[in-house]
Amino acid sequence: MFDKLKKVFSGSEEPKEQVKKETQAAPAAEAKASAKPRIGYIHLSGCTGDAMSLTENYDILDVVLTDLVDIVYGQTLVDKWIHGTYAEEMPEMDLCLIEGSVCLQDEHSMHEIQLAREKSKLICAFGSCAMTGCFTTYARGGQQGNPKHESFVPLSDLVKVDLALPGCPVAPEMIAKAVVALCEGDMDYLAPAMAIADVNEACGCDLLKYNMRMGKCSGCGACSVACPTRSINMIEGRPISNTDRCVKCGSCYMTCPRHWLPLSQIKKETGL
Amino acid sequence: MVLGTYKEAVSARATDKDILKVSQDGGIVSALLIHAIEEGIVEGAVVAGKKDGEKWRPEPGVAMTKEDILGAAGTRYTMSPNLTALKEAVRQNGLEKVGIVLTPCQTLALRKLQAYPFARFVADKVNLAIGIFCMENFPIAALDTFSQAKLETPKDDVDKMDIGKGKFWITSEGEEKGLGLKFTHGYEQAACNICSDYVAEFSDISTGSVGSPDGWSTILKRTDAGKTIFDSAVEAGLIETKPMDEVKPGLPLLEKLAQGKKDKAAKELEKREKLGLKVPLVL
Repeated sequence: MFDKLKKVFSGSEEPKEQVKKETQAAPAAEAKASAKPRIGYIHLSGCTGDAMSLTENYDILDVVLTDLVDIVYGQTLVDKWIHGTYAEEMPEMDLCLIEGSVCLQDEHSMHEIQLAREKSKLICAFGSCAMTGCFTTYARGGQQGNPKHESFVPLSDLVKVDLALPGCPVAPEMIAKAVVALCEGDMDYLAPAMAIADVNEACGCDLLKYNMRMGKCSGCGACSVACPTRSINMIEGRPISNTDRCVKCGSCYMTCPRHWLPLSQIKKETGL
Repeated sequence: MVLGTYKEAVSARATDKDILKVSQDGGIVSALLIHAIEEGIVEGAVVAGKKDGEKWRPEPGVAMTKEDILGAAGTRYTMSPNLTALKEAVRQNGLEKVGIVLTPCQTLALRKLQAYPFARFVADKVNLAIGIFCMENFPIAALDTFSQAKLETPKDDVDKMDIGKGKFWITSEGEEKGLGLKFTHGYEQAACNICSDYVAEFSDISTGSVGSPDGWSTILKRTDAGKTIFDSAVEAGLIETKPMDEVKPGLPLLEKLAQGKKDKAAKELEKREKLGLKVPLVL
């Protein structure tokens, strides 16, 4: 399935992958032997909400973890972390989910993300902190833990990101559907996640700029449903974004049916 | 198919006098929701409620009883973002099975929320989506323009607003006044001009007045869920039906209007694209 995923990306990445495989033949062979996709989970500057959302898929989690994928790296889900214990080296990964934004002043994060790019076929910005910076956008440093930690940027500012799943946190069902699509090689379903991989900013005012101002808003209210902080009110059939509450996660405009409409998927799911 | 996919089309009317007293046309939405609540098919329904003191301003709300449903009956021709109250129904009221009344654009929004659930555990609780036919929607100030400025009747004095037979009608103190639709065109919100769905093609069941005689509604049963609840309401004697091909003007008119909306939307989209404006991306 990951070969299928890979195919849809630009050719420029393919040669690099090959070189990497040749130079590190051993882990590649190991991956082949297990035949299950090797998944990593890296936790940068975020609240662990996305990981919690992932584990909220109780009904499918055991099957996913035991039968479908191997979690080969991760600080939370498996105790393997290069800056902690049990993993002196970062393993090769088919897919690396990265939660949280990257703190420019944190050498561990900076090192880990570069290494993850080298070791992973695909990188997924998992959750809005990784994708847009989300509420870490507001960070200003000066906290006692490490007063110098003040700049938190989206992954795509530093490395190439292959797909992104926004959400604060990503909704459990969204994760489940993405995992199922990955396992079934349903590229059509994942196309929107790949199309927004390099989007590195979002705000409630996207609704104003790209929807209302374009004469597209019909006042359906979907954006206000998607907003995790209830910063969007509908007044006379139009959204008003309270920027003091907005965490810049991008869920509202991603949800807007007048931004993009997955008509084929809707037909498939409703049978209509 | 210009009316979307459907299993069966019928003309229908509620039998309950309480419903017919307040309903816009055949009272089908009210009858279906009351039946769904009473049978436990849904625990509550999201409807365009009425705002206290402002009878023409809809307010999305959660209806839990027959009284609530009747209180929300009738059409108000301005935007009611019903999906906002879906979140309330699920989060505040804790409902696990929800019915919802939606315009075509809202139906598409619901289906997107189900297909790509960026909002956690909201849209999956809907097990009955009733779509209403919709040609266009108006800002509330437009309703003032129609009733006060053009028909010289303050909208607070209006008892019923209706669109049919080429006119926008108001009824006040038993007197009916009509305004030709060529005078209302241009007041609809701009987003309606790029909408190509007239009959809520992705609802469980769609309904509206067009195609049926006065006081009756046209029904398109689409999904199993929609068909099951409608058929059980008929069986319970809450709804009476007539075969669609026996009523005037029948489906040809509905098809004509639905096609007209699609053609106009396609033209407007083309125009906007030529100007380099953003249009919805349909995947």
